[in-house]
Amino acid sequence: MTDRFMLNRRQLLKTSAAGAALGLASASFPISRAFAAAATVGFIYVGPKDDYGYNQAHAEGAASLKGIEGISVVEEENVPETVDVQKTMESMINLDGASLIFPTSFGYFDPHMLAMCAKFPDVQFRHCGGMWNKDKHPMNAGSYFGYIGMGQYLNGVVAGHTSKSKKLGFVAAKPIPQVLLNINSFLLGARSVDPTITCQVIFTGEWSLAVKEAEATNALVDQGADVITCHVDSPKVVVETAAGRGAFVCGYHANQSPLAPEKYLTGAEWNWAKVYKMFVDDLVAGAPLPNFTRGGLADGFVKMSPLGPAVGEAARKQFDATLAEMMKGGFSVIKGPLKSNKGAVVATEGQAFVETAIELESMDYLVEGVVGSTA
Amino acid sequence: MDATEIGLWGVPLAILGGAIRVSTPFIFVSLGEAITERSGRINLGLEGTLVFGAMTAYAVAVMTNSPWLGLLAAAAAGLCFGLFHGWICKFPKVNDIAIGIALMLFGSGLAFFFGKPFIKPKAPNLPAIPFGAWSDIPQVQAALDVNVLFLIGAALSLVLWWAFRNTRAGLIVRVVGDSSDAARAMGLNPNTVRLLATGVGGALAGIGGAYLSLYYPGSWTERISSGQGLMAVALVIFARWNPLGCFAAALLFGGAGALGPALQSVGVTQGYYLFYAAPYILTLIIMIATSSPTRSLAGAPGELSITK
Repeated sequence: MTDRFMLNRRQLLKTSAAGAALGLASASFPISRAFAAAATVGFIYVGPKDDYGYNQAHAEGAASLKGIEGISVVEEENVPETVDVQKTMESMINLDGASLIFPTSFGYFDPHMLAMCAKFPDVQFRHCGGMWNKDKHPMNAGSYFGYIGMGQYLNGVVAGHTSKSKKLGFVAAKPIPQVLLNINSFLLGARSVDPTITCQVIFTGEWSLAVKEAEATNALVDQGADVITCHVDSPKVVVETAAGRGAFVCGYHANQSPLAPEKYLTGAEWNWAKVYKMFVDDLVAGAPLPNFTRGGLADGFVKMSPLGPAVGEAARKQFDATLAEMMKGGFSVIKGPLKSNKGAVVATEGQAFVETAIELESMDYLVEGVVGSTA
Repeated sequence: MDATEIGLWGVPLAILGGAIRVSTPFIFVSLGEAITERSGRINLGLEGTLVFGAMTAYAVAVMTNSPWLGLLAAAAAGLCFGLFHGWICKFPKVNDIAIGIALMLFGSGLAFFFGKPFIKPKAPNLPAIPFGAWSDIPQVQAALDVNVLFLIGAALSLVLWWAFRNTRAGLIVRVVGDSSDAARAMGLNPNTVRLLATGVGGALAGIGGAYLSLYYPGSWTERISSGQGLMAVALVIFARWNPLGCFAAALLFGGAGALGPALQSVGVTQGYYLFYAAPYILTLIIMIATSSPTRSLAGAPGELSITK
């Protein structure tokens, strides 16, 4: 009976030849399609696409493309940052004929996306948050990101006015540059109101761990923090837990005010629809896609949630003034004299890093006033 | 002492609070698994049952506006999953571990599929009893807000521990788990007993899931469990199939899990990855300390496929 399932040598050769032919045919498929009017765009998310957070922000951007003529969108959610994402990219290219792929999670970039770039030189890959470098990385790769640290600075301004205990709390996933910049910006925003404010940070070690995020939020509130914000994939649990304990919250990634209408102050949100539209317009026009795309509040990459009912008059005024300043461009959050919380000088007197400064994307310190450690 | 500043006292308080808050799903899943394994079967699918229970409870609570109906629905869904496992496993040459893994994936997948429309709406939560009302420190009040399910879980572990020793039903489950031949000689049908034991185990796991989505952390997302169901199954072996041991092990896991965030919140920030490994390191230490080269696992049911 087992004979039926055994392949003899001839069958094996035949099958693999057919497989190879299929592989060739599908590999040539995207080349003929790459710059045609009709194109398929692939989106890959690390979590569920309605998580009130990071993935939802991207999925809303992807959804905004669906009305554009000649563009079809394929999506896959819950793809781990492992070799799985390579398989997902391969199947989007070979089976769906995708000519532009957006792997949206940080860990997809190196080595997974880079491996696919080498394997499919005719497909374009644009990664969210990665550091594309023309000396190190291929030309069909690229990265895009927004200066959302500015939004966290504005969160901090409102938090600084609202906090009574002068202690803020930050639930963070992993100590990577983007997260550190957000933590530092949040505190510096608050310190622009009152330079004695401190911010306690707790790293959970993973992008999405509901129970640990709830525990971290409880621990922060126990230590007297009365305004909480976060940088995890889905802020839902943090927002609900903090509000349940009576603390105020600042949102992140998307608008979480429906979860805690009374306690929600404001939030730093992504506006990916704008960014994805830009890429797809270039694709349809047959123009080369930019490899390194960045933008902030003024470019419409990032937006703020409407201010909540608990925000006072003084906070509202400083929020509006700071926002207006940022919209002019050239605003710097990290400016000297500034020390890290280990005492090292990170910016000397007169030195300022504007939002576009590339140094900020390799940040590895927490500024003075942040209680926490990067390792 | 300032009411908002509790400093280092935050650590023991967080461990206590964490033990109470985080342990409940572990308690229910491990008690359920203890019943199943005592009858001689392993149901690895409880992780899937937990996730499906969480989704069902949340969905029903959203639709009916009653968390208690959600809890009932989760228990019923868990019962179905358990009975399904028990029914398939009665056929000859079926491997209960393989079926368990299949059901784990099936349960999670089905929960994700049906759960999509329920991620956004907000469900009413299960009530908590404020045992901390005597204190005027808000942190103590928060730590001692005990959910009724935790109390039910504690009572249940006591009842099960007593029932396994002192009741006819407990004896039947144990004899079926220790020797099918002896059970048949007594006129018992091992398959029926195991079917019921797996069903009850599934129902308890479903209740554990309801706690996750309806109390702590209290919302339905696809990442709600992050492997707690699997860990609870492992806890049963750690607890040597003793319901009281399951309860203690669950408390230990909950408390140790709260250690990492609590230490960071008081400023012990170096090496937090190590603190997050605390529950697993503790498990290893206890396993090594209580193992013996001269005897096999004490209390292991003889019919379990891992001990056969």
